[in-house]
Amino acid sequence: MKLTSTKFFRTFSQPLWGNNPVSIQSLGICSALAVTVQLKTAVVMGISMTVVVAFSSLLISLIRNRIPRNIRIIAELIIIATLVILTDEFLRAFYYDISKQLSVFVGLIITNCIVLGRTEAFALSNPPHLAFIDGIGNGAGYSAALIMVAFIRELLGSGKFFGLKILPGIFYTAGYEDMGFMLLAPSAFIIIGLMVWLQKTWVKNDTK
Amino acid sequence: MENLISIFLNSVFVGNILLAYFLGMCSFIAVSKNIDTAMGLGFAVVFVLTITTPLNWMIYYFFLAPGALSWVGLPDLDLSFLKFIMFIAVIAAIVQAIEMVIDRFSAGLYSALGVFLPLISVNCAILGASLFMVEREYTFIESVVYGFGSGVGWMLAIVAMAALRIKLRYADIPKGLEDYGIAMIVTGLMAMAFMLFSGISF
Repeated sequence: MKLTSTKFFRTFSQPLWGNNPVSIQSLGICSALAVTVQLKTAVVMGISMTVVVAFSSLLISLIRNRIPRNIRIIAELIIIATLVILTDEFLRAFYYDISKQLSVFVGLIITNCIVLGRTEAFALSNPPHLAFIDGIGNGAGYSAALIMVAFIRELLGSGKFFGLKILPGIFYTAGYEDMGFMLLAPSAFIIIGLMVWLQKTWVKNDTK
Repeated sequence: MENLISIFLNSVFVGNILLAYFLGMCSFIAVSKNIDTAMGLGFAVVFVLTITTPLNWMIYYFFLAPGALSWVGLPDLDLSFLKFIMFIAVIAAIVQAIEMVIDRFSAGLYSALGVFLPLISVNCAILGASLFMVEREYTFIESVVYGFGSGVGWMLAIVAMAALRIKLRYADIPKGLEDYGIAMIVTGLMAMAFMLFSGISF
């Protein structure tokens, strides 16, 4: 059996592209866009998100047979909130500047539809190792979308890549100007919209 | 008073919780296909935000903020790290309670809002408003105004979006961009329009 056709691998790779949580399932856009002005914050946000999704899926999958059905949402929220608090405290202790920039958006991982969606739809009915991989896959898919948007916005908006100026000065002397619009909120919506367009066209051609 | 008006107008227009801070996008995209449902969800959000934001203010400043527990003799305690879990618990509980109260006393309101209330406890805008309220250090009255204003702003955005999407049904949109893609782009244009309000000073 080829590696690419095992259930294990597919669980991981599907959310990365064909079933990307942000651009195809339209989940989790809430907190995604506000942190994409710079690559640095987008990467940190992506990693935090991946950690939270992966571990909450793992934990909930481990105790899935013990959670009574009618209080499962509360149980899930408590596990997710605990993980988010741990992440937030960690960021505050080691990356204070970034945590200041992310402000409330780390906390908003709790209500991010991806986390609750994955635990509801996948972790509650699958064994722990698959749930964990599914969490990592979805987290990575989310991060990929975030990083793509952040890359475009940072490059066009301020000519930088991870905070380093990469556009040579000659561009500016030749009359090139940074696009201030890219730093504002509306640009994120439009970039995501265009990304969705590109990807949907692409994915459709793949399956044909 | 002037301060309150400026907080209100700011939270409705310039700092619109949806268009400037991207909160509550999930239900915004999912529910904006029809004006009536958009209206219903909008009212439910205004309602819940106006109640939960001040309530979370009280919980934060009487129990969680650094030094808040000095009234029980624990002046050095700082429980602010618990705010995420407390806020989400309060929101979930309040939504549940509101649902029961409405169900008991007003059948008409229940049939209008009932289906939307469970959706709301995981709406990012509700938790987001509470967290912004803490971050911006609002006073109690300001938090009431801010909660209400954010709700109105959110409702305005979703109702406008629903109206636009009905018009879009007759537009010839490229395949692949339909539905979700065009919704994002339209939201972007709308956000741009709302930014113009920032030139107004009160």
